Amino acid sequence: MGAPLLELNGVGFAYPASPGHRERPFRLHDLSFAIAPGEIVGVIGPNSAGKTTLIRLLTRVLAPTAGEIVLEGRPLARWSQAELARRIAVVPQGVLPRFPFTVGELVLMGRYPHAPDRYFENPADLAAAREAMAATGVLELAALPLDSLSGGERQRAVVARALAQEPRLLILDEPTAHLDLRYQAESAALLRRLNRERGVTVLLVSHDLNLAGEICDRLLLMADGRLVAAGAPEAVLEESLLGAVFACEVTVEKSATTRRPVVQLTWRVDSPNAGAAASPTANQRR
Amino acid sequence: MSPAARLMTVLGVLAAILVLAGAAALFVGSAAISPRAVVSAVTGRAAPESVESVVTLSIRLPRILVAMLAGGALAVAGVAFQGLTRNPLAEPSVLGISGGAAFGVVIGQSVGFGPGVLEAAGLTVFAFAGALLAAGAVYLIAAAGRGFQIQTLLLAGVIVGIFFASAITVVISLLDFNRLGGVIHWLLGNLAPIPRGSLALFAGLAALGFWLVLTRARELNLLALGEESAQQLGVNAERLKLAIFIGAALLTASVVAFAGPIGFVGLIVPHALRMVLGPDNRLLVPASLVGGGAFLLLADTLARNIVAPAELSVGVITSFCGAPFFVYLLRTRYRASL
Repeated sequence: MGAPLLELNGVGFAYPASPGHRERPFRLHDLSFAIAPGEIVGVIGPNSAGKTTLIRLLTRVLAPTAGEIVLEGRPLARWSQAELARRIAVVPQGVLPRFPFTVGELVLMGRYPHAPDRYFENPADLAAAREAMAATGVLELAALPLDSLSGGERQRAVVARALAQEPRLLILDEPTAHLDLRYQAESAALLRRLNRERGVTVLLVSHDLNLAGEICDRLLLMADGRLVAAGAPEAVLEESLLGAVFACEVTVEKSATTRRPVVQLTWRVDSPNAGAAASPTANQRR
Repeated sequence: MSPAARLMTVLGVLAAILVLAGAAALFVGSAAISPRAVVSAVTGRAAPESVESVVTLSIRLPRILVAMLAGGALAVAGVAFQGLTRNPLAEPSVLGISGGAAFGVVIGQSVGFGPGVLEAAGLTVFAFAGALLAAGAVYLIAAAGRGFQIQTLLLAGVIVGIFFASAITVVISLLDFNRLGGVIHWLLGNLAPIPRGSLALFAGLAALGFWLVLTRARELNLLALGEESAQQLGVNAERLKLAIFIGAALLTASVVAFAGPIGFVGLIVPHALRMVLGPDNRLLVPASLVGGGAFLLLADTLARNIVAPAELSVGVITSFCGAPFFVYLLRTRYRASL
């Protein structure tokens, strides 16, 4: 493994305490890990583990209160916001813009960091946007408004917008959270193909343990603002570890087709204390 | 067609409408002056003191220029506030910003600012301060809820607008009850001709506001994705919001100081143009400048002639158009987001 693309050294973060908001302000503690170019890394963990905060730190929406984040050997704090956007692109959770932009207009927004002072995009920008739309299969949807698309198409349009940034690192925040099963499989295949064909490094932040286990080379398991475990999916998706972190009972088997670990929740619908703690679907943002 | 070519086409069409509206406004009015007399006044062949010269050059022409400027400024302010708040129904009068600016103007007048150029500059400062005050109040009220929901922001704007309208009548009543009628006329928006120096100042301030918004039109598009996404695309969101806000407040305050708080132009014009051009602010901002000028000019020509020899405030016309339009938008396009 050569020089890491991204490196976190003892990164900590604390939200300022706001009266009446939470009893204890959320903190991230001593986060250290590295991502090599070309990897697909998954970040998993229960609600309020710090996954969204991690994305905000990596894209400098927030600044760490301790430690350092280093991108391509240079501290993140020393990158300009536009430079950073040419290296790291984020596919956020599905929020639609309030104005009816078309797919083409959305994807072209990804070209902004390449020339922030340009009023209209130039032919090179248009070519890059077309290429990104072709890569995710939304080229023929370019003229349609986003709100007329299905969930899966919209997701691919947003990924195309991120690809138009020509990033080295693609961060996806719960990419399958609002998608039907069929589109979930489709986006998993898309991510793997983008990684293989374009060499894009992928950081996948997800509640979906099986999606992460299926496509990631390595998993980072977070809980309560700490990194609890890191390693190959087989090592991290382990019954007793997951049981402790998610506070519920799970079984892990090997998929017959892909030999990857498959996590199953042990349902206890009849037990009196089955409830919120065992529900991994509720999604809370910070 | 490339966006640049589309922009040029639309600007060409709107400019043609603007010129035609300007010509129409020059030829019609409550003073019966023949078209031939208007032409001779404009070309300088009529005597400077003749009725046609005075009416055409000193009354109608300045009024046309004020209408164009005010309309363009209000429409651009509308686009800016809509992008800034990510709320398609935002607009200076709906948000209560015009009301705050008007309060500033009334306070300015009550401390003795009259019609001179320097005093007009002073009034604009008061209007700008009033606009900031109103915007701050709207922000605090709307931010108290979770995030900026469309309806919360609109409600906050309406409340602040009502508050400032009441505050204005209190100030006027305390000072000089006899002036109340004139103030109500002004509060509805009144495009009375203003001195040349004031007109130049108005144009300068509006140009500054327009420049602040136009140069950030591309970033304003990105803001539609949300502040965090805009930042992740390389936009300095805090600086962008500040610049857009100052630009929009400046546009609003200068219109209120020189022509009164004319409502709904910033809603009608950007929405009509959005139906043709789509939501790209790089097209909307310049098109709104020209389109807004044409719209307010047509509205004012109507206001001057519909009940001649009396005349209506132009704000009556824009409100009669704008209020039903607002209801239409609320009930059709934005039903889902309410």
